Amino acid sequence: MTRSLVVAEIVDGAVSPLTAEAVSAAASLGGDVVLAVVDPDAGALAAQAALAGVTEVVTVTAPGTDRDHEQMLHAVEALVADVAPQVVVAGFTIRSTAWAAALAERLDLAFVPDVVSLTAAGAEITAERSIYDGRVRAEYAFPTGRPVVALVRAASWPPAEPAAASATRALDVDLPPSRVRAGELTRPSGDVDLTGSDVIFAVGRGVGSEENIAAFADIARRLGAGLGASRPIIDAGWLPAVHQVGQTGVTVKPKVYVALGISGALHHLAGMQNSKTIIAVNTNEDAPIFGYADVGAVADIHEVAEQLQALL
Amino acid sequence: MCVTQALEVSSYLEFTPDGTAIDAAFVTGSLNEADQNAVEEALALTDGDGEVVLVSAGGDEAEEALRAGLTMGAHRALRVPLSPAELADSRTVAAALSQAVADEQPDLVLTGVQASDTGGQSTGPALAAAADLPWATVVRSLGSDGRTLTARREFEGGVSELVQVDLPALATVQVGANQPRYGTFKDKMRAKKAEIAVLTPVDLPTPRVVLTRMSPNQAGGRTVQMVQGGPAEVAARILSIVREVQ
Ligand SMILES: Cc1cc2nc3c(=O)[nH]c(=O)nc-3n(C[C@H](O)[C@H](O)[C@H](O)COP(=O)(O)OP(=O)(O)OC[C@H]3O[C@@H](n4cnc5c(N)ncnc54)[C@H](O)[C@@H]3O)c2cc1C
Repeated sequence: MTRSLVVAEIVDGAVSPLTAEAVSAAASLGGDVVLAVVDPDAGALAAQAALAGVTEVVTVTAPGTDRDHEQMLHAVEALVADVAPQVVVAGFTIRSTAWAAALAERLDLAFVPDVVSLTAAGAEITAERSIYDGRVRAEYAFPTGRPVVALVRAASWPPAEPAAASATRALDVDLPPSRVRAGELTRPSGDVDLTGSDVIFAVGRGVGSEENIAAFADIARRLGAGLGASRPIIDAGWLPAVHQVGQTGVTVKPKVYVALGISGALHHLAGMQNSKTIIAVNTNEDAPIFGYADVGAVADIHEVAEQLQALL
Repeated sequence: MCVTQALEVSSYLEFTPDGTAIDAAFVTGSLNEADQNAVEEALALTDGDGEVVLVSAGGDEAEEALRAGLTMGAHRALRVPLSPAELADSRTVAAALSQAVADEQPDLVLTGVQASDTGGQSTGPALAAAADLPWATVVRSLGSDGRTLTARREFEGGVSELVQVDLPALATVQVGANQPRYGTFKDKMRAKKAEIAVLTPVDLPTPRVVLTRMSPNQAGGRTVQMVQGGPAEVAARILSIVREVQ
């Protein structure tokens, strides 16, 4: 029996959807699953932590924001001491990666990020990761028997279903003040809302230059489609940030997503892999994006754009 | 400044006989993308007034990463030898790198946000804990007044937050945070000849994580149907799919 501690991720006062997937990953190990909620309002959030497979909910009332990784680190340290888990599970997100490896370092735990499979055979835990752009599957063992901190990749486990509330208790933790001082928080704003588009044409680094974007913007406009982009296009200043699709941009689910000159990095896929139909055009027949597409073409996007314009 | 070499693998690949690594014939290495952004950030921050020291843990590949960083303009480089098995555990890597931090006593430690080949995002936070420094992750637009580091850190969904930590501190630099400079041919020659100090690690923890097996992976969940023909056929197919849903 594997005893697991799942650390809920709180985003803007709500338990994140990935938390239910992390619970599912922990529950698949077949033992007790303790779900921890750390928040200024942890008691109230415990209701959202009622998920199938959870044996107990432990709340820690902490004054800082859900972005304060030092506070999380100290809270989870106390939780590990209290719960004595063999496995600590959280989502592979920016919030969790900010504290998880530091936790492993401080408590002398094993650490494995971006996990897509987790199994237990007796006391032995095995984890799998998908690395090198998804070309290689790597298996990991934890020979010293120290507890394992595993961060799970989104969409690798089905989310745990809502369930009747489990036993809940509060853990009092004396948290040292955080050394990170938070200032202004900026949220995306703008007139473009890609989430409402049924069709999105998205350009990536393959577009080559700022001037080349006009042709794709024109095609999207004429088809009444949204114009999306991968992050390098925004970093280069070729399009404003509201066009960025992916982990640190918007998440979209259009009926048709056309990825043009986009390689298919995990962070981009995070924002579009639930689209109904995905079309990928790339000059590199080995581009990872083809593994996530329904229709693909090995072609130059500029030549395709010319043909599209001719047809419109 | 901590840097590493990121590997790119070819589409066809073979593994070493013990199955725990990719055969060297099928990989090419280059300075990790986020590390290039981190080196650029360090050079811009010091801007002639200060020293940028690079450190990398590993073997020959680490040395190549260091020379690439020296070509960009870093002043000195250190290598902490670690075996591939030791490199698989972020704790061992952090312990090795923290020796360099203890020796050099820098005001600011920068790492790339992730190694693009394995994408773990763990070295920075682990090292911050090992060296007992406050830290911030996934940052861009760094500024320092000599006492405080101010940076913008990114979150999911386009949210970003301005944060401050007192120096000495550590930050992991986001991919694309800046335009990394290239060195000239002369810089490259100078970097090639530069002396790279070797720091012998002491008291490294035994790795808690062991990579036991690698196998080829079919990523993605969909079965792709490839369009045959030239750009005209591709354009026609895209249009017909789009028009079907409109
Ligand atoms: C914490 C974090 C968050 C991130 N968040 C995001 C995010 O929200 N969104 C995002 O997109 N990225 C994000 N990234 C970056 C991500 O890891 C990748 O670097 C990025 O998605 C790559 O963009 P790309 O596919 O356009 O570029 P590349 O990977 O460089 O791919 C370009 C592709 O274009 C093809 N190509 C080149 N020329 C042509 C041509 N003429 N015709 C057809 N194809 C061509 C190439 O074969 C290649 O496949 C994030 C990274 C990190 C570390």
